[in-house]
Amino acid sequence: MTEQTKEALRTDEWTINMGPHHPATHGVLRVELTTDGEIVSKARPSLGYLHRGMEKIGERVTWGQFMPFTDRVDYLAGMNCNCTYAWAVEKLAKIEVPERAEWIRVLVCELNRISSHLVGWGSFCADMGAFTPFVYAIREREWVNDLFEMLCGQRLTYNYARIGGVSHDLPPGFLGKVKEFCDYFEPLIDEYNNLITYNKILVHRLKHLAVISGEDAIEWGLAGPNLRGSGVSFDVRKDDPYSVYPKLDFKVVVGHADRGTLGDCFDRYLCRIDEMRESVKIIRQVVAQIPDGPVRAKVPRVFKPPAGECYFRAENPRGEHGYFLISDGGTNAYRMKIRTGSYMAMNIFEKVSRGLMISDIPALIGSFDIILPETDR
Amino acid sequence: MKPLTAQEIFEKLKGKFGAAVVELQAEGFNPPFVVVAPGSIQAIGRFLKEDPELLFGSLMCTSGVDYKDKFAVAYHLHSMKLGHKIGIKAFLPHDNPSIPTVDVVWKAAIYQERETYDLVGIVFEGSCDPNRILLPDDWEGHPLRKDYKYPEQYHGIKI
Repeated sequence: MTEQTKEALRTDEWTINMGPHHPATHGVLRVELTTDGEIVSKARPSLGYLHRGMEKIGERVTWGQFMPFTDRVDYLAGMNCNCTYAWAVEKLAKIEVPERAEWIRVLVCELNRISSHLVGWGSFCADMGAFTPFVYAIREREWVNDLFEMLCGQRLTYNYARIGGVSHDLPPGFLGKVKEFCDYFEPLIDEYNNLITYNKILVHRLKHLAVISGEDAIEWGLAGPNLRGSGVSFDVRKDDPYSVYPKLDFKVVVGHADRGTLGDCFDRYLCRIDEMRESVKIIRQVVAQIPDGPVRAKVPRVFKPPAGECYFRAENPRGEHGYFLISDGGTNAYRMKIRTGSYMAMNIFEKVSRGLMISDIPALIGSFDIILPETDR
Repeated sequence: MKPLTAQEIFEKLKGKFGAAVVELQAEGFNPPFVVVAPGSIQAIGRFLKEDPELLFGSLMCTSGVDYKDKFAVAYHLHSMKLGHKIGIKAFLPHDNPSIPTVDVVWKAAIYQERETYDLVGIVFEGSCDPNRILLPDDWEGHPLRKDYKYPEQYHGIKI
């Protein structure tokens, strides 16, 4: 190539904004893209558009009053966030929770995991240009929403768990409806696979894309399906068990390079699909084994946990959800730190997005299944 | 290799680093904290990660705490290979809280330290990305400090 043609074909780097209002960023995420043509040389996420100061609020309201705020930490998995907070405070204050309440919590957590993974899956497919799966996902999520409405009157922000149990017992006929849902939903997972998962276009779009090795995933603090998609068999429910999970039989879904390289976007996608199957398995066991009894321990109205510090984590749909709580013996938390899975997924974003095409950035965001209220809190 | 208790981890660190390992906070702390001198946090972190009996490969959570008379940085570590957990804590003076970064040991620290700097105002020396993350770059003060004064307005917008 002569100097003249080199000069004529000269390329410039551009810096453009993707978001904060962009349909493929799943909320108010802004990514500063530095691109050379279609190739991204740097993609720096800019967080904080949804920062509401949850940790500061936690220091200003009483322990019990913080429960409705936890719904807003991850609004697609409100039940999981409710229960995680309740478990954390119970661990801090050493409260014994009635057996039935624990089973109910596991039941609602797994139902919510299914509905959250459905939205993650549906919107991921919508980002990839396939709109039909999104409609399927919303249709099935409606079942779960109806069940939760029957349970606590709310469809999105449940405020169902309480420190020491849950707010009230299951309504009559609830377990029957849950079983009906399982029978209806389980065959549909195969239908999803036939519909889109092994669709040639989707597979080609996602395989070998944004590969994260197992070592990197641990090193950069990834959690949940993003970590397991890289072939690391780690699930807080199994490896650091809490509640009644040790009594339940389920397997940890890990990525296994089904179509491309281990740890690519397709592995993370498939992890969520298979996890829904495991959740159905857990729900069936809970429905069969749930004991009778009270659902709420006696906790004083003015609740003051003893002074101390405790870290508790649980497996949420978006990975390890942890609370670091410090009590000085008062009615409020002295310090409350919330560790979330989506936030840690953004940590590795800049590294793995280097060298991708611009059109692959939505695929990467979708495969991480991030949710912005959880990154920004 | 089997999981170690907090006491065993503390004694192992004490034997290796001597005076840089101050005490074990056990009563009321779950998981217990090993309190260390801030200056040796990088060396201790690297030892925790690489020693074959410890192998703390994952940094779960980094928090900054304002104890009114002093600051603290609390690291929660977990070993996926061995299955044990420990907390590491370093106390910092209240007038100039700063500590060497551990992002050279665990990459997971990058965003966690950015958040700690942003909200609590603890400076991580040598950090590869020492910027604010959740709040705007020109925000004044650090909201999770106990003496934080709420601003009246931001760029003419009433808060």
